[in-house]
Amino acid sequence: MMTKITAIIRSSRFEAVKESLGRHGLKGLTVTQVTGAGLQQGKTAHYRGNKYEVNLLPKVKIEIVADSDVVDELVSIITEEARTGEIGDGKIFISSVDDVIRIRTGERGVNAL
Amino acid sequence: MEIAINTIWVLMAAFLVFLMQAGFAMVETGFTRAKNAGNIIMKNIMDFSCGSIIFWMLGFAIMFGQSRAGLFGANGFFVSGEYNHLGLDIPLTAFLLFQTVFAATAATIVSGAMAERTKFSSYLIYSIVITGIIYPVAGHWTWGGGWLDQLGFTDFAGSTIVHSVGGWAALVGARVIGPRIGKFSLNGKINAIPGHNITLGALGVFILWFGWFGFNPGSTLSGMDLSIADIAVTTNLSAAAGVLMAMGLSWLRYGKPDVTFTLNGALAGLVAITAGAADVSPAGALIIGAGAGIMVILGVEFIEKRLRVDDPVGAVTVHGLCGAYGTLMVGAFSTNGGLLYGGGLSLLLVQLVGVVAIALWTMGMAYFLFKIIKITVGLRVSASEEEEGLDTGEHGMDAYADFAKRSSYTLSYK
Repeated sequence: MMTKITAIIRSSRFEAVKESLGRHGLKGLTVTQVTGAGLQQGKTAHYRGNKYEVNLLPKVKIEIVADSDVVDELVSIITEEARTGEIGDGKIFISSVDDVIRIRTGERGVNAL
Repeated sequence: MEIAINTIWVLMAAFLVFLMQAGFAMVETGFTRAKNAGNIIMKNIMDFSCGSIIFWMLGFAIMFGQSRAGLFGANGFFVSGEYNHLGLDIPLTAFLLFQTVFAATAATIVSGAMAERTKFSSYLIYSIVITGIIYPVAGHWTWGGGWLDQLGFTDFAGSTIVHSVGGWAALVGARVIGPRIGKFSLNGKINAIPGHNITLGALGVFILWFGWFGFNPGSTLSGMDLSIADIAVTTNLSAAAGVLMAMGLSWLRYGKPDVTFTLNGALAGLVAITAGAADVSPAGALIIGAGAGIMVILGVEFIEKRLRVDDPVGAVTVHGLCGAYGTLMVGAFSTNGGLLYGGGLSLLLVQLVGVVAIALWTMGMAYFLFKIIKITVGLRVSASEEEEGLDTGEHGMDAYADFAKRSSYTLSYK
């Protein structure tokens, strides 16, 4: 059984999350710079005397596919490192993964992780 | 020896003023969106290139040929024949180059105000007409022995002749072409359209400031005239005062010191001091620059909110309004006949006549020109091209190919 963890977190917390995951032996992850909206809403900016709404804020998205047994551990690491307590800390989505294929060797399933 | 020093000085100043083309290009590119960056670079290199050729062929003769009734010159096309009446000690070609870079400065000002929506081919036509006819006639009136010169109108390096001519043509052009899609909402709201690279815009402002040390001190046409040092100081103080006041006023009005307005403040101070750089004291320059720094913010608001004209870089305010203001201030602050130095009102009135006459000439001609372009070849790109970006539509390329573009905001255009 494999599970995908998608965590959307503050850009400023990314390095800490990555280091902590690495210390706990995580080898693979995929990271994307994203923008989005949530509870945090946007903020108002000014340009040449005119206000404008910044509705989509920059965040970092981390995607990890792991053996389902370690998911709770990974989630607690991410939660601990990414949390500031302020609105805008982000979200974690958990979903099941049907199969994984290592392109180089053709291995499948947990062996391909 | 004296001629050599003067020639080197004028050429060096001309090279500095040439660099201002890069400054204008960077300010305009930085203050607008990435999707139009390549088009803006094209406009800026083309107006200089077209302008250099047409000014050599036609413009120089209209500006400096033997005067016809004080209105325009009419001989010496292709810079041939006699120009002895100018009384130059430097070679005519040095003077030609210096005047060419000035003409191109007037032309390139318009580009910024009409940015992000003007058809490239139409811009080429416009740039030929302004450097070939509109600017040289205004220049003849003042620097070519024309009627304003005879009245005693003082515009040392061209607050009015160069900058206001560009600024007023920019106002008319931006008005005739209309605002960018999304600038004004149907309900009357004014939207911010943030520029894509403020760092590049700031580099442009620093380059312009640097180039101005050629623009103003170079206008003595003489390296033997040691007032070049005084002129460099008045130029610098006015720019610095413009920056301070624009920064302070934007802070007061909008809660934070606005970066692009502060940058505009430097240009406002520089434009304003250009007319009086040789005739005012350092303290006078400080006051003129400070006024320009205030004017740049109030002017941009006025142009945008009252006139509903979309000028992405603030060219109309910086060059048109601050140029006119700086020229009028010569009438007050000139140590040779200014109102505050016991000269009475006469110089101030002459300055007013010059400012108004050149504004009317430029705006009238520019209106005529842009209307004809609009009816014939068309002035504006299609709405879909404007949304897609002029880089793709006009030039079939992308200024930032292979470079991730990311937008951290959305604008509501409804």
